[in-house]
Amino acid sequence: MPDTRVRRTAALSTGLVVSAAALAAAALLSLTVGAQHIPFGTVMDALFHPNPDNGQHLIITESRIPRTVVGLLAGAALGLAGAVIQAVTRNPLADPGILGVNAGAALFVVFGISVLGISSLTGYVWLGFAGAAVASVVVYTIGSLGRGGATPVKVALAGAAMSAALTSLTTAVLLTDVATFDQFRFWQVGSLAGRGMDIALQGLPFVAVGIVIALASTRSLNALALGDDVAASLGQNVATARVIAAIAVVLLCGTATAMAGPIGFVGLVVPHVARMITGPDHRWLLPYSMLFAPLLLLLADVLGRVIANPGEVQVGIVTAVIGAPIFVALARRKRLAEL
Amino acid sequence: MPAPSTLQAEGLSLGYGDRRVVTDLTLEIPRGKVTVIVGPNACGKSTFLRGLARLLPPSAGAVLLDGKSIHAAPSREVALKLGILPQGPIAPDGITVTDLVSRGRHPHQGMFRRWTADDDNAVAAALSATGTLELAARGVDELSGGQRQRVWIAMALAQRTGILLLDEPTTYLDVTHQVEVLDLLVDLNEAEGATVVMVLHELNLAARYADHLIVMKSGAVVTAGEPSAVLTESVVEEVFSMRCRVVPDPVSRTPMIVPIGRHRSGDAR
Repeated sequence: MPDTRVRRTAALSTGLVVSAAALAAAALLSLTVGAQHIPFGTVMDALFHPNPDNGQHLIITESRIPRTVVGLLAGAALGLAGAVIQAVTRNPLADPGILGVNAGAALFVVFGISVLGISSLTGYVWLGFAGAAVASVVVYTIGSLGRGGATPVKVALAGAAMSAALTSLTTAVLLTDVATFDQFRFWQVGSLAGRGMDIALQGLPFVAVGIVIALASTRSLNALALGDDVAASLGQNVATARVIAAIAVVLLCGTATAMAGPIGFVGLVVPHVARMITGPDHRWLLPYSMLFAPLLLLLADVLGRVIANPGEVQVGIVTAVIGAPIFVALARRKRLAEL
Repeated sequence: MPAPSTLQAEGLSLGYGDRRVVTDLTLEIPRGKVTVIVGPNACGKSTFLRGLARLLPPSAGAVLLDGKSIHAAPSREVALKLGILPQGPIAPDGITVTDLVSRGRHPHQGMFRRWTADDDNAVAAALSATGTLELAARGVDELSGGQRQRVWIAMALAQRTGILLLDEPTTYLDVTHQVEVLDLLVDLNEAEGATVVMVLHELNLAARYADHLIVMKSGAVVTAGEPSAVLTESVVEEVFSMRCRVVPDPVSRTPMIVPIGRHRSGDAR
């Protein structure tokens, strides 16, 4: 029995290294491919010896590096957040949207554009982040009211209800305010384009803290997966574990949504794909989700640049278009894990 | 396995919201014995067990583990002394038997305490004690009900607590597997001196397997003690509102309840 454990650990570790290598390759691809073809040698040059007078170097340093970094951060955040939220709610269809994160972020951004007249992407980032945090706190509080505290079902119901309410408010503003609608729709589809390095740097600390919290809670997520009673019997403080996990989710998907807009499907699909490889052990599931999600996001972003060259299709649209058939295929081929 | 701690209820009241289910219950669970709690549906026996296991906070009174309030003690500390297997636990999809049983080691680990040979030994011992060693690599979802229940008990055993509480561990099992599970729990009690407390529905099996029987009705203990002293015709009639004969079980000599219904009950009617 210890032998199979050692063998499996070796296989899963190898898989992680391979995934990391694939992710590095995808990042390079994201630096190389675009409206203007730039040779690989020039990309390397721009990376290690950037020359501000060289137009091609400028495209790399000012546009492609930031969008790749944002893709890596947002992807890792969405994948991790999805895996954590599915574990905490024990709901296989849960994604970051279930805590009202997307709806809250969207409402705050719309409010910022319409009432405060904010038009910079940096402004959207902070508004989006604040909205995500406020919405999740409200959803969690409503979900904890009444008997039994914050049960997964109550939190999911509160999230769905709150999302509907917030979305209708957002729609109400957008319908009456055409100028706001024009600005908002670019943020809303989810895109990695036009994000400067400043946005990546602002998001970085939040994502980093979220990653640390999420990876540190793998053991308690494993306990929670057995149900509240068994988890408590195993000495896990269930309420504390839930709150800590929720903090990680808010940090991760609040930041991802703020940086890149609401990107669907990544947080939902990636944990399921990862689970097929790792099984239900969160000590492996989380790292795999954290690598697979940015891989999917970067490849979708590159694909978006290729199919509409010289224009591009926003990554939020591509992930949804790729994600939906993948999800249907997974659901048909193998019963999705019921958590 | 550590020597079992003492477990007592003192003036314990439990309920959900305003609804009282267990009222002012004071009793001590005998150490190192098999205790079985019986009673009609909704008499509060499962609620009492959940209260003993600190899954439900008391509305009054306290549960004392080694003389200290179980709700004041750190969760992990309690988990090293007392384990509970709730009714119908859920296994994550795709988990293997070994992985599920290994999760019983949770309270023995921490952020910085990694998996050790001790953990491997505890898991291996739990698997062999429950006869699930040959299932170790299988997925829990492909097992039969009886096998699955043995695997859950193995998980609770891997926790290596001196006290093990079980809520209806034989539900949904056919009679063969019921006896198998109960025998397994007595094995554990005899081999390791563990205190076993369980809720059971089947009176005759309860009388056979219990060292100590607690009979509950409407949230209170009607009587408790050795099955042969406790399980009389008048007690059964009072608690279950059913007439019966009590005869010695031809196999174990413990009391056996023979119900008397409106039909097919011969002259006893």
